[in-house]
Amino acid sequence: MTNHLAVEMKGITKTFGDLRANDSVDIKITKGTIHAIIGENGAGKSTLMNILYGMYHPDSGTIYINGNEAVIHSPADAIKLGIGMVHQHFMLVNTLTVLENIILGDEVTGALNTIDKRRSRQKVKQILNNFDINIGLEEITGTLSIGTQQKIEIIKLLYRNAEILILDEPTAVLTPQETDELFKTLKVLKAEGKTILLITHKLNEVLGISEFITVLRNGKVTGNTETKDTDKDQLAGMILGGSFESIKRKQNSPAEEFILEIIGVSVRSDKGLPAVKDLSFEVHRGEIIGIAGVEGNGQHELIEAICGLRDYSGSFILNGKPADKDLPVAHIPANRHKHGIVMEYNLAENVLLGREGEAEFSTGVSIKEKALRAYTERLIKKYDIRPAEADLLIGGLSGGNQQKVVAAREMSKHTDLIVVSHPTRGLDIKAADFVHSVLLEESAKGKGIILVSSDLGELLKLSDRIAVMFNGKINAMLDSATTNEREIGSYMLGLSGSGGDKG
Amino acid sequence: MEELLTITFVLQTLRITIPYLLPSLGAVYSEKGGVVNIALEGILLSGAFAAAAGTFYTGNIIVGTACGILAGIIIALIHSIVTITFKANQIVSGIALNILAFGITKFFCKILFGSSSNSERIPGIETLDLPFNPFLLLCVIILGITYFTINKTRFGLRLRAVGENPQAADSLGISVTKVRYLGVLISGALGGLGGAWLALDQHSYTDGMSAGRGYIALAAMIIGKWNPMGAAGACLLFGLAESFTLQFQDSGIPTQFIQMLPYVLTIIVLAGFIGKANPPAADGVPYEKKD
Repeated sequence: MTNHLAVEMKGITKTFGDLRANDSVDIKITKGTIHAIIGENGAGKSTLMNILYGMYHPDSGTIYINGNEAVIHSPADAIKLGIGMVHQHFMLVNTLTVLENIILGDEVTGALNTIDKRRSRQKVKQILNNFDINIGLEEITGTLSIGTQQKIEIIKLLYRNAEILILDEPTAVLTPQETDELFKTLKVLKAEGKTILLITHKLNEVLGISEFITVLRNGKVTGNTETKDTDKDQLAGMILGGSFESIKRKQNSPAEEFILEIIGVSVRSDKGLPAVKDLSFEVHRGEIIGIAGVEGNGQHELIEAICGLRDYSGSFILNGKPADKDLPVAHIPANRHKHGIVMEYNLAENVLLGREGEAEFSTGVSIKEKALRAYTERLIKKYDIRPAEADLLIGGLSGGNQQKVVAAREMSKHTDLIVVSHPTRGLDIKAADFVHSVLLEESAKGKGIILVSSDLGELLKLSDRIAVMFNGKINAMLDSATTNEREIGSYMLGLSGSGGDKG
Repeated sequence: MEELLTITFVLQTLRITIPYLLPSLGAVYSEKGGVVNIALEGILLSGAFAAAAGTFYTGNIIVGTACGILAGIIIALIHSIVTITFKANQIVSGIALNILAFGITKFFCKILFGSSSNSERIPGIETLDLPFNPFLLLCVIILGITYFTINKTRFGLRLRAVGENPQAADSLGISVTKVRYLGVLISGALGGLGGAWLALDQHSYTDGMSAGRGYIALAAMIIGKWNPMGAAGACLLFGLAESFTLQFQDSGIPTQFIQMLPYVLTIIVLAGFIGKANPPAADGVPYEKKD
């Protein structure tokens, strides 16, 4: 056992029911390096890291930390061994201050177990200086941006003297600029001798920052390589197990004719503040309009207004006619669990949602079971939903298949306008690709599509034009053929353009 | 109006506030940690009964008070086991315990005092004879300690964290179960203490003497936005309203209207002045560890 290894995991197996999330996984992490762990969703990356952090207990296998066999029963054990983890969903208490979040669980106390704020602050300030991070310690955590919250998570680890840092999909929610800043911080950490484990599925990032790469597929290691010895195609092969050809870009170009004109629309947020401010644009027949923006700049409210879920002022003109409150629109919502499906319903019932009154499925008193069944089975086949059982509770399906159910239902509404929010969030490459092909197909049929996404690659790939929202307004309307992620990012942050309404 | 501003009126208001304030502060501990403790009504009643029984048999009001606190802790412990360890619905558990407390106090009252409606007279605290009511002093101290504990200590920070985002606390090696148990048990102790005051103030236990105070205490905590000082202010408001009720009993206004005052006040304050209250995010939600 050489001790230049920070972590060695041997023969790790973990099953959840029938699923083998990790199947005798072996992995070696060299001290002081950035090691990426990549793979599709459900490949077992997060499970493996949760085992290392003591959140899950492996069925079998051994873990060595710095060459010594370690038993990790809980996060507390992991922390003692110098392991820290930034979870994909941040583990922050929104109502506490930044300082309180950092010290929580490892407080500096004085008499009567009082928290010694002065000494805590000194200790944290020291870390901020060492790693060149800037952040206000007295701010309320929930009010800060995602990028800043992520910094708090990293500081939390450093405060606990973590030598091994696990980051689970850290860039999924960041703008390109925030990602740059994160990577800068990671490089500083590495220079200070920390070991960093990076879980991700973005190949460009992996190639840019890591030194070693381990690829997981279906719970097994399918690749182990130094980053300099590999390239994107080879990695994609290891991730997907065989060749995989992504669909082409959009083929059809939009017609002159408008499907939807949005004229001077303003919408208020839940808190009653102006969220969308006097916004206007048009969607052409056969056009996909991408909407980019840092979360909380009015995209959500705009979509809800279009879908009739939120009051607005201004007007929508659909196919040349002023539309009343209820636009006929197919909607794939951002949060499918909350708005897209009913987890306690089976597949057929979910497909029926919203159409239960139609003569095709209803006798007026009861539901026509046979017709519904036949219809559901047609959709299952067309959209390749697995498992192909109409009676199955939808909660038992993977995220990708749940999304296919939502898409299947919404696309079969045959509306001219389709509104889609974050359609591939949390989906693996194949499922995402399927959703993309559905959207492109609908667009080719001449429908108008509004696509909100935080995945800029997705926007560039699918959209004709990209509207960047900032502060409730469209800060830039970009032609996706000529723009790039960096340009979109700078409009998203208000660094370019009119900067929206500063007030 | 002048008679309202007398020392007697002020003391009466404070005296009435005590059995609201103690369970209300208890509720702060419980709910800040994420457990809704509607069982406070039953805790208050059990505390009153146990204090009366303890005082009756020992003749010592301090031992009696300790019995009241213990009874409160026992009910709170059952609530904790049911809702934290077994993750049952907190409201259902609370209501069940309230019903249990009403039955069990009646049962033991019959056995110990030969009557299911009231105990025999016990030594108590003659507030009018004392320049300082020891319970009142205790209340002020407990209020100070609660404010300090919640906002300045390690326990308070952890309590707020497990009530807001238990998963985050868990990921930092904090035992959510332990912290929540402690919060609920403290609320039981304070509720029991409030009950003891009811019995000692009346020099006896009467059936159902908590009379909805546990619920009002919860309402006061909500009006006070889950803060000890806010809860104390709301309790004082209820004490004041009830004090008016007593004051105006002979004024010619139908007493039923006057007796409505505290409850009408609750609704008006909740609906009109406070607006949307923001409870701890995980309040009422059992914590399920993954895996």
